[in-house]
Amino acid sequence: MTKWVVDAREIKKVYQMGEVQVHALRGVSVKIAPGEVVSIMGPSGSGKSTLMNIIGCLDRPTSGEYSLNGENVAHLTDDQLAEIRNRGVGFVFQSFNLLPRSTALANVELPMRYAELNGRNRKQVALEALEAVGLEDRVHHRPNELSGGQMQRVAIARALVNNPAIILADEPTGNLDTQSGDEIMAVLKKLNEERGTTLIIVTHDPEIAALTNRVISILDGRIAE
Amino acid sequence: MNFGSSLIEALESLASNKVRTGLTMLGIIIGVGAVIAMLAIGAGTEQAIVGEIEGIGTNLLFVATNYDDVTNPAPITIQDAEAIADPIYAPSVAAAAPVVQGRVELTYAGEVTGATVVGVTEDYYLVQTVELTEGEFFDTAQISGQASAVILGANIAEDLFDRIDGLVGETVRVAGQPFRVVGVLKKEGGADFGNSPDDQILVPLTTAQARLLPRNVKGEVDIIYVSAISSEAVTSAEDEITTILRDRHNLKLEENDFFIVNQELLLDFASTVTGVFTIFLGGVAGISLLVGGIGIMNIMLVSVTERTKEIGLRKAVGAKKRDILIQFLIESSLLSAIGGVVGIILGWLLSVAIGRIAAANDFILNPSITINGVLLATLFSAAVGLFFGIYPANRAAQLEPIEALRTE
Repeated sequence: MTKWVVDAREIKKVYQMGEVQVHALRGVSVKIAPGEVVSIMGPSGSGKSTLMNIIGCLDRPTSGEYSLNGENVAHLTDDQLAEIRNRGVGFVFQSFNLLPRSTALANVELPMRYAELNGRNRKQVALEALEAVGLEDRVHHRPNELSGGQMQRVAIARALVNNPAIILADEPTGNLDTQSGDEIMAVLKKLNEERGTTLIIVTHDPEIAALTNRVISILDGRIAE
Repeated sequence: MNFGSSLIEALESLASNKVRTGLTMLGIIIGVGAVIAMLAIGAGTEQAIVGEIEGIGTNLLFVATNYDDVTNPAPITIQDAEAIADPIYAPSVAAAAPVVQGRVELTYAGEVTGATVVGVTEDYYLVQTVELTEGEFFDTAQISGQASAVILGANIAEDLFDRIDGLVGETVRVAGQPFRVVGVLKKEGGADFGNSPDDQILVPLTTAQARLLPRNVKGEVDIIYVSAISSEAVTSAEDEITTILRDRHNLKLEENDFFIVNQELLLDFASTVTGVFTIFLGGVAGISLLVGGIGIMNIMLVSVTERTKEIGLRKAVGAKKRDILIQFLIESSLLSAIGGVVGIILGWLLSVAIGRIAAANDFILNPSITINGVLLATLFSAAVGLFFGIYPANRAAQLEPIEALRTE
C-alpha cells in the first residue's frame, strides 16, 4: 500500500479558449493521506474546481502526474477514467444530482449498476448505505418527496456504496439551510470516523473549512501557503 | 450495466412523458400500418387476378390476328378454326371455337342496356364454362341457320326484365332486330374486369357475322379459343397451330400475322403488373415509415439535451460511453418496436376494412397479410429505430462529464 491516497505532482492544466490560453493550474502538488479530512478553498476562478475535477478523475491534467490510491490515472482513456471514478471516487454535488424519476434506493444503487454487481447484493449494500446516512425510512421515496438535507444524504449514500478511496464533496452544504448543512457535515464526519473514508470538501465557507483537519488554499492556479 | 435493468429504466423514461412517447410512436405506427396494409392489398389483388386467370382453364389458348405488328395481316377465319380443330394435323388440340365479339344495345319494353355480344359456334361450350339456369345451348341448326336466338347473361337479364327466370321464349331487340331468348347464363358474380359472362349475351356466330358484327373478310373472326388435350400439351398445341396457320396464310419468311396467348403468358403479365403495383404501394408506405423514424430522431435529440445533466451524473458515477449509448439506443428501439407491434395490428385492421369495402363494392379482394410483409415491416421499423437512434445516442455518449454536470 502506498502512503498517499491522493498523490498529485506538478499538475498543470491549460484550457484553450478560442485564441487565448487559460492557465487554470500552474503546477499544483497535493498529497492526502488515507482517512484525512481536507478542504480545498479558494475564490472563484482560482482553479479549485479544475483541481477538484482532476482529483475526481473527471478531467486529465495537461502535464504532471496523479496517482489515486496508488494507481497512476493521469493518462487514462475516458472509459478507463469512468471505471476509476466508479470504484475510487464518491461524488457529492452542491445540487445533489439525483435521478428525479428514481427512488432513493434506485439512486443509491446506480454506481453499483455500472459496476455490474448483481441485484440482491446491490439492494443489500444500498440499504446499508441509506441506513448509514439515517434514511432507512425514506428508501422508496423519490427526490421530489424529500427535503434538501435528505436528498443530500441520499447523494452521500450513493457516494459510499462502492467503498471509494475518496469522497469528493463540492460545496455539499451550498444549497442547504444552516441546520441541514450542519447535519450533512455531521454525517460526513461520522462516516470518516467510523469507516475511515478520506474526505475532500471543496468550499468557500470558512466555517466548513474549520471543521476539517487541513485546508488547502488555491489562488491563481497555485497553492497559497 | 445489465440489459434487464437498462430495459426497465428505458421503459420508465418513456412512461414519464406519455404524450410525447405516444406522438413519437404514432409516426411509426402509421408507417408500419401503412406498409402492412399496402402489401396485403397488393398480395390480395395479385391473388384475385391470378385466380381469375386460372379460372379460365390451364389448357386454354387464344389465337387472334396480329394487327399491331404486321401490316395487312390475313385475318383469322372460321376456316382457320376448322383447320386447327383437325385431329390429324393438330393432335394436341381438343377443340377450337371461333368467336366474334362486340358491343351492342339491347332493348325490351322500353328498357335499354348495353352488352358484349359474343357470336359462338357449338364448340364454344367445349372451351368456355357455359352453365345455363334455364333453356338450352344453341343446336347445330340454329348455328348454321343464322337463327335469331340469344342467350342472356344474368346481369343483362336483370337489367331488362328485373328477373333471371322464366325468360325463355321472350323476345328482345338486339341492335334493333328481334331475337328470341333461348337460355339464361348462370350468374358468376365477382369481378371479371368487365369481361364477365354476366354482362355478355351469346348469339350464333353466323348470325353475329351476318347481322350484328359484320367484318371485312368473309368468315373473319376475332378470337379462336383453343383447348389443348391437357395442360402439358399446351406447348405442342401452340406449335401445331403455328404450323397450320403459317401454311394457310402462305407465310414463308415473314413473321406470324397472328398471335397465340396462353395462360402462362397472362399470369406472367399479371404478376408483373401487380408486382409493380405492390412495390409502388409499399414504397409510398415506406416513406411514411421513414418520416416516423425522423420523428424518433428528433425526440431523442430533444431528450438528450434535456437530460444532459443526468448523463453527466451517470458518467461521474462510472457510466462508460457504451452504457450511455446503449441506454439511448434501447429507448429509441423500444419506441420503434412498440410502435411496430401496434402498427402491425393497425395494418391488419386496415386491410380487413379495405377488404370489406371492396366486397361491398362487388370487388372480391382478400387482402392477405404475409409473413414476409410482417417481417419486412418489423425489420424495417427496428432498423429505423436503430438508425435514427444512433446519432442522438452517440451525441449523449460523447458528452464530457464536466460540461454535462455544469449545465442547468
